[in-house]
Amino acid sequence: MTVPDEAAKRRIVDLFLSEEERLLRRWTQLSGASPDELRDLYQALRTALVDGAGDFADVRGLLAELSRARVRQGHTPSDTARMVFSLKEALYEAAEADGGPEALRGFVWFSQLVDDLGLYTFETYTAAREKIILDQAEQLLELSTPVVKLWEGIVAVPLVGTLDSARTQVVMEKLLQTLVETGSEHAVIDITGVPAVDTQVAQHLLKTVVAARLMGAECVISGIRPQIAHTIVTLGIEFGDIVTKASLADALSYALRRSGVEITGAERARIAVRAERP
Amino acid sequence: MNGPTEMPIATNGDVVLVRQKVRGLAAEIGLSLVDQTKIVTAASELARNALVHAGGGRVHIEVLHGARRPGLRLVFSDEGPGIPDLEQALTEGWSTGGGLGLGLSGSRRLVDEFDLVSAPGEGTRVTVTKWAR
Repeated sequence: MTVPDEAAKRRIVDLFLSEEERLLRRWTQLSGASPDELRDLYQALRTALVDGAGDFADVRGLLAELSRARVRQGHTPSDTARMVFSLKEALYEAAEADGGPEALRGFVWFSQLVDDLGLYTFETYTAAREKIILDQAEQLLELSTPVVKLWEGIVAVPLVGTLDSARTQVVMEKLLQTLVETGSEHAVIDITGVPAVDTQVAQHLLKTVVAARLMGAECVISGIRPQIAHTIVTLGIEFGDIVTKASLADALSYALRRSGVEITGAERARIAVRAERP
Repeated sequence: MNGPTEMPIATNGDVVLVRQKVRGLAAEIGLSLVDQTKIVTAASELARNALVHAGGGRVHIEVLHGARRPGLRLVFSDEGPGIPDLEQALTEGWSTGGGLGLGLSGSRRLVDEFDLVSAPGEGTRVTVTKWAR
């Protein structure tokens, strides 16, 4: 026996309307969500089904809000989706009680609708997360590349993490800008925090050094750890006449010497202590 | 211990993930710090090659249990245009991607075993192995 689609839809919507109180109670029971939230959602659904003629924009808006609110309360996105899905179970009980073929056929249609809405809450959640990640990635790009002044005329860039094209661009821009602003003639690029120096990283470093040189500043690359030195040599990367140092301290003392600052250690006072033996 | 892993290489972010995975496994099987850095750097070069020249690919990572010592084997494969002249590709300073031209030749020196299979139109497969000392 075939049942016309329209009749089936009408029957299930009728059930949805006439059984409102019972459905809502059952839905609340099944999902464990607050009755107020569900009532709002139920009403939006009713409006969409009866007056809206399939326009679910309001329902979606409400779901997006609900999804966000529930995340803040510590619910997982699956919880929220399950809460929406549980409406199906409540409605199925009503359809079963009705027993007519229209009601059961209509239930299939309605359950697809609920599936879509449930998945929508998931989508909202993912989209919100993605936006946070994107924002953080941008912030990190800015944060992780400070240019610090070590001494009059000496600036340093401590690099931490992965050095890709986008970050090198930021580093280079910031370094060149700071060189102009502070009138510095020496720059130290410290790569202690860079886990691996491959050919791309090396190329980025070399370009940064050349750019700084074009502006009349001398660059020192510091923080070359033994394993990095080993790898660079094996890879066959040539740093040419670029000055490199093992530590930031070495680089600073080199840059100080080059800019004419003399470092003298204060004479150590010696105090002799004689302990008396018993 | 860990079974073989397969990772996609489709973005710059994936290159970072491959690097982290290789570093983790290299430390786990007891490679020295220098050898860890070497295999990580080789992985970085080869993953980026797949990304730049073939638009992406994947890597198969496997921990080997040799007779006396463990090792780490990485197989990078892609369905890119392939390499027409293998000898030229392994020449130092030869680059078609605007890089230093040391990636492939340098990677060969960074690992213990290196195998390059490629033909025009048939993609490229690079297998590298590093053994613990």
